[in-house]
Amino acid sequence: MDFGILLYVLSLLTVGGIYAIFALGLNVQWGFAGLFNVGIVGFAAVGAYTYALLTTAGSTYHLGGFGFPLPFGMLVAMITAAIVAGLIGLICIRLRSDYLAIATIGIAEIIKLIFKNETEITNGPRGINKIPRFWEHFSEERFYSSWPLSWFGTPEAWDAFFNSLPNWWWQPFFASTVLLIMYVIYRMLERARIAPWGRMMTAIRENEPAARASGKNVTARRIEAFVIGAAIMGLAGALFAQHLRLIEPTNTFDPAKVTFLVWVMLILGGSGNNRGAMLGAFLIWTIWSASELIITGAIDLLIDIFDGVDMGSLRTRAGFLRMMLIGLLLQVILQKFPRGILPEVRPASPKGIK
Amino acid sequence: MWNSFGFEFINFYFIPGLVLGCIYALGAIGITLTFSILRFANFAHGETMMTGAYLTWTVMAICSGVLGFAVHPLVAAVPATLLVVLLFLVTDRYFYKPFRQADTIKVVMASFGMMLIIRSAVQVIWGPNQLTFVPGIAKPNAYLKDWSGSIDFLLLIPNKHLFIFVGTIAFMMALSYLLNKTRIGKAMRAVSDSPDLAHVTGINVDQVIRATWIVGGACAMAAGVFLAMDIQMLETTMGFRMLLPMFAAAILGGIGKPYGAVLGGLVIGLAEELSAYPWIGDGPLLSPGYKTGVAFAIMVVMLIVRPQGLFKGRSF
Amino acid sequence: MSKPILSLNNLRAGYGQTEILHDLSMFVQPNEIVAVIGPNGAGKSTAIKSVLGLLNISQGSVELHGEVITNTPAAKVVELGISYVPQNQNVFVNLSVKENLEMGAWTRPIGIPERLNDMYALFPDLAEKRNQTAGSLSGGQRQMVAMAKALMVDAKILLLDEPTAGLSPKYRSEIFETIQKIKNTGVPVLIVEQNAKQALAVSDRGYVLVDGANRHTGTGVDLLADREIARMFLGGGH
Ligand SMILES: Nc1ncnc2c1ncn2[C@@H]1O[C@H](COP(=O)(O)OP(=O)(O)O)[C@@H](O)[C@H]1O
Ligand SMILES: [Mg+2]
Repeated sequence: MDFGILLYVLSLLTVGGIYAIFALGLNVQWGFAGLFNVGIVGFAAVGAYTYALLTTAGSTYHLGGFGFPLPFGMLVAMITAAIVAGLIGLICIRLRSDYLAIATIGIAEIIKLIFKNETEITNGPRGINKIPRFWEHFSEERFYSSWPLSWFGTPEAWDAFFNSLPNWWWQPFFASTVLLIMYVIYRMLERARIAPWGRMMTAIRENEPAARASGKNVTARRIEAFVIGAAIMGLAGALFAQHLRLIEPTNTFDPAKVTFLVWVMLILGGSGNNRGAMLGAFLIWTIWSASELIITGAIDLLIDIFDGVDMGSLRTRAGFLRMMLIGLLLQVILQKFPRGILPEVRPASPKGIK
Repeated sequence: MWNSFGFEFINFYFIPGLVLGCIYALGAIGITLTFSILRFANFAHGETMMTGAYLTWTVMAICSGVLGFAVHPLVAAVPATLLVVLLFLVTDRYFYKPFRQADTIKVVMASFGMMLIIRSAVQVIWGPNQLTFVPGIAKPNAYLKDWSGSIDFLLLIPNKHLFIFVGTIAFMMALSYLLNKTRIGKAMRAVSDSPDLAHVTGINVDQVIRATWIVGGACAMAAGVFLAMDIQMLETTMGFRMLLPMFAAAILGGIGKPYGAVLGGLVIGLAEELSAYPWIGDGPLLSPGYKTGVAFAIMVVMLIVRPQGLFKGRSF
Repeated sequence: MSKPILSLNNLRAGYGQTEILHDLSMFVQPNEIVAVIGPNGAGKSTAIKSVLGLLNISQGSVELHGEVITNTPAAKVVELGISYVPQNQNVFVNLSVKENLEMGAWTRPIGIPERLNDMYALFPDLAEKRNQTAGSLSGGQRQMVAMAKALMVDAKILLLDEPTAGLSPKYRSEIFETIQKIKNTGVPVLIVEQNAKQALAVSDRGYVLVDGANRHTGTGVDLLADREIARMFLGGGH
């Protein structure tokens, strides 16, 4: 029993950590630069598919897989998302916030459309499976029979070793990896925020005409923020693919469960505050998955009481009820606590510069 | 000529394009009015359309199931419209009005949240699965078929499409009358022109905003029901699917220009259908899977080349 | 001295935290034209806007016929009979002239057609352009639309913010003539002006505003004759 709780907490940390990375990426775009991106799911999909195609074993269903090392796949996932964001940024960044929102939501849909239709490359709606997950992948033959593991032992020995482990052995390692990546990104963003770059972003967001008048290249800074945020989202997408191990264009990349949840997380935690972004992510994810348990429990209870009544459809609908409540939560936060749990803290200006 | 080329083009590409265009046009009217009078992009508009269609279905189901007689969707749509308008007004009062004086982006965010709240609510109430709106295969209107066949210009248009055409024209005429001949309609144009001036002129802006939701809600309702009549079924994603083409239509026509939105809707609808026509060679020009991308491509080109739209609307 | 129609008493007001008006007082009596002059940024427009409830009044009061209307919302102020023509964007450019006037009559319950005819009589230029959009008119004609629009209600007082800014001399004179006609119909006018000389010439009294407070007050003639004012605002001494 206790052990089950441990695993549950590990999975909360893993998925919460992935969402926290998404929220950190969004914080660069929205919290730092005031860019209203509602196409998070598009960058997540780009990152996830890039990673999946590069790292899966060769397959007849989709392009590749190329079986590249996992870190390489994650790096390229970031770069691809950044390039896509750069192209979008060049076109859309000058748009007023509403238009940027329309454009980004559209781009996300187009990206999904491409993944759905280019079946030669992506296997279309059937998706890509057996995506290697960090640490766990070592127990696959193609990894333990090659370098570096082959250096330490024969495939037979490794096979025996992994068989002797409990089937959840990789979970703590994977969770730690996610949290480590999150922490590194957090530290880097904190540095950027306090650096002149971050202060410039604040200045642009607060008073764009004044920033322009003082000779700042507002457009370039905005594109930078958009690209950096998207790269982080691409990385989170790659982790998301590892967590799921099977991705397909429609249900995996449901705007409600990616874009929308990430927005609620950032706003609840506090836009502009990196710690707030992470706190919001863990909080909302915990609420989200705990409410699943509670609602499922409640329904099971109902089924017990009203024996014979068809409660199957109730169960699927309960998920939507949850989404509705999260939506209402967003409205309450927007109206009552617009600054979030951890409000933005302005970096202190160095002496002499206003 | 007609038989080899024209027949297929008109009946299988042009007319469906026009039908889709009418649906987009009606939806885009609400978007453009909200955008110009309340000054924000309403992301929940598509969901309201979808809700309207579900409510209409429910009214039809109650009539045939409980009262024992079948009603046409357009009749069932009337009581449903009242509910949809109510939904719009309640949403505005509790979720958009608190942000009236604040940054626009807050209210855009609120509407983004509403999009999910409304959709989830529909999924909870009616379930996530498709529902049949009108069963059976729609046969072409026999009279039109005979008559057009006799002059060698065979047209195969089912009644549902004729309803959609006539309904859209009727809505356009009513809207035109409202905006140009009634006091509240003129005030809507005035607020769209300059809300600050409207305010100091003494115009009751709250009343104008309510009128905007009512007009936009009625048009959204019509668009939702027409869409359901066309595809003959209901899906909870149908509103979201419409959202982007409707935004594209509103932007194409120029924000704040209802006639522009209609033209934009027709252009987008036709472009989507005609993109699948075998213009070059035998295969469709664009794989039908990418149909929904057409609206988006047009919108992006428009935003770059002429952000004020064809009709010189407001550009932000 | 008759009882003032509109009075601003010791106003402190501004936008958000910034205070622009520091202890400003002025009043308008029946049957008079009052001019407010002063350098750019003195707070002339701000003073008018404070009557319309468009900014935060932290101290002092605005009274209409002795009733306190401080911080009343604009739409309500208009309903009470204060008509206002803003400095910029004072017509609905996409509406026709007639529609602009009809919007001006929003709070008027009856007699709109008659009032329209009165306005066409007062501004003959507008009569023939009644179906053109206001955006297609010249600056002077737009200004007339704006004034006519404001007069569509039975105004107790008319507030004009720089009605002649950027107009040709011909239109300028026409506007000043019209302002006198309006006064003769029994509606007092408070007018903010850059063209101080002409404004003071038609005014019964004037205020000179500097840095959000009134520096000088007097009859139009007296202010015109004042050397200091002449040097400051009227373009060189006599
Ligand atoms: N909307 C506003 N927000 C903040 N400050 C303003 C605003 N409008 C005017 N100001 C400031 O108020 C002061 C007075 O402006 P204004 O009343 O327009 O002057 P005037 O009409 O005498 O030229 C100026 O310093 C101006 O910068
Ligand atoms: Mg001024």
